[in-house]
Amino acid sequence: MITFRLDTRSGLAPYLQLVQQVKHALRLGMLEVGDQLPTIKQIVAELAINPNTVLKAYRELEHEGLIESRPGQGTFVLKTLAGASLQSQAGLRRSLLLWLQEAQQAGLEEESIQALFLDTLRESLRRGVA
Amino acid sequence: MTGALETMGLGKQYGDLWALRDCTLTVPSGRVAALVGPNGAGKSTLLQLASGLNYPSAGVVRVFGLSPRQDPGLVLPRIGFLSQDRPLYRGFTVAEMLTMGKKLNPRWDDALARRRLQHLGIPLKRKAGKLSGGQQSQLALVMALAKRPEFLLLDEPVATFDPLARREFLSMLLEATVEDGLTVLLSSHIINDLERMCDYIIILSAARLTLVGDISEVLDRHKLLISVRRDTDGLEHLHNVVQVTHTERQTTVLARTNGHIWDPSWEVHDVSLEDIVLAYLGQPQRDVPTVTMDRADEEVLR
Repeated sequence: MITFRLDTRSGLAPYLQLVQQVKHALRLGMLEVGDQLPTIKQIVAELAINPNTVLKAYRELEHEGLIESRPGQGTFVLKTLAGASLQSQAGLRRSLLLWLQEAQQAGLEEESIQALFLDTLRESLRRGVA
Repeated sequence: MTGALETMGLGKQYGDLWALRDCTLTVPSGRVAALVGPNGAGKSTLLQLASGLNYPSAGVVRVFGLSPRQDPGLVLPRIGFLSQDRPLYRGFTVAEMLTMGKKLNPRWDDALARRRLQHLGIPLKRKAGKLSGGQQSQLALVMALAKRPEFLLLDEPVATFDPLARREFLSMLLEATVEDGLTVLLSSHIINDLERMCDYIIILSAARLTLVGDISEVLDRHKLLISVRRDTDGLEHLHNVVQVTHTERQTTVLARTNGHIWDPSWEVHDVSLEDIVLAYLGQPQRDVPTVTMDRADEEVLR
């Protein structure tokens, strides 16, 4: 089971934050096919959040075929987003760590590293490399 | 579907002063609606008229299609009202408050009340007046929920809470909306948390209604438009201009849009709910916009 959080200052609609958190967990393999998601009531009680927000998030995920709600039982994961990429993630994480160490040795601080990473990511996506 | 609350031209006059005027709105069933506005805007008056504690000077108020003043026997068992001043008998113990609730309310759910109190760690033997402020408010909410209302009205429920008590109170309230399909109307002058809790908003300013609607729809429709200094005539032709600010070089408009902004000379930004509310508080409007939701997901949660 995963727990949700809400960042009221993120500017992102609360329901989209929930959608992203489920997708994130699916990508990283924290949620697998058949896993149960928290009930609407559990999320509402935990986050003090409007129930329609949770309903909207679950409906969006259901629409994308990622989860399924079974009446009387709960909501379950239908499909994972990790797929084959999960196996290669460990290796990629190791090379990223090496790069991060190098960046720190070069004197870059967290914010500079983030900026450099995001900038390079955008640049490479724009060129169609990644 | 009839709304939990419907008003038409509703008004309340005290002497020469109108506390609420020309108020026409609907709160659909199953919603958690926020009633916002500065002190004296008419929030408490609207809540009192809706709960039958006061009678209108003008217009009509209906709760589940019925008049709370003319059919109190049919309306009152279905609604709960929590006023600002924690309505408890301070000399009663918590257990005595429950007994009173049981004797006065035909639909009283004693098991529910005891379960919630236990969960909150509120002792039954303690006198209500000896509980902390947060606990008194929680007890008042437990009492209101144990009545099993279908529509709960709360007047400034969390104004004086510390952050933890506020969160616990709201959790309990929102959980009840899932369990019981409860409709909630709560007044507040704290607007930073509303987007999280509520899905419907009613804005009052100076005794008048200035905006009603589904919150996500309200957020979708309102945009902040920025341009080099110019007039807004072309814009007003297609969209509703809520607020305009000119500086020497720049024009900034908060608009309720009726579709895409095609004019590329306007830079279009999203606006936070707080900024939208603040803009409407400044401007009593002649025609009250109702931002309605016409999507399929208007359903009551059970």
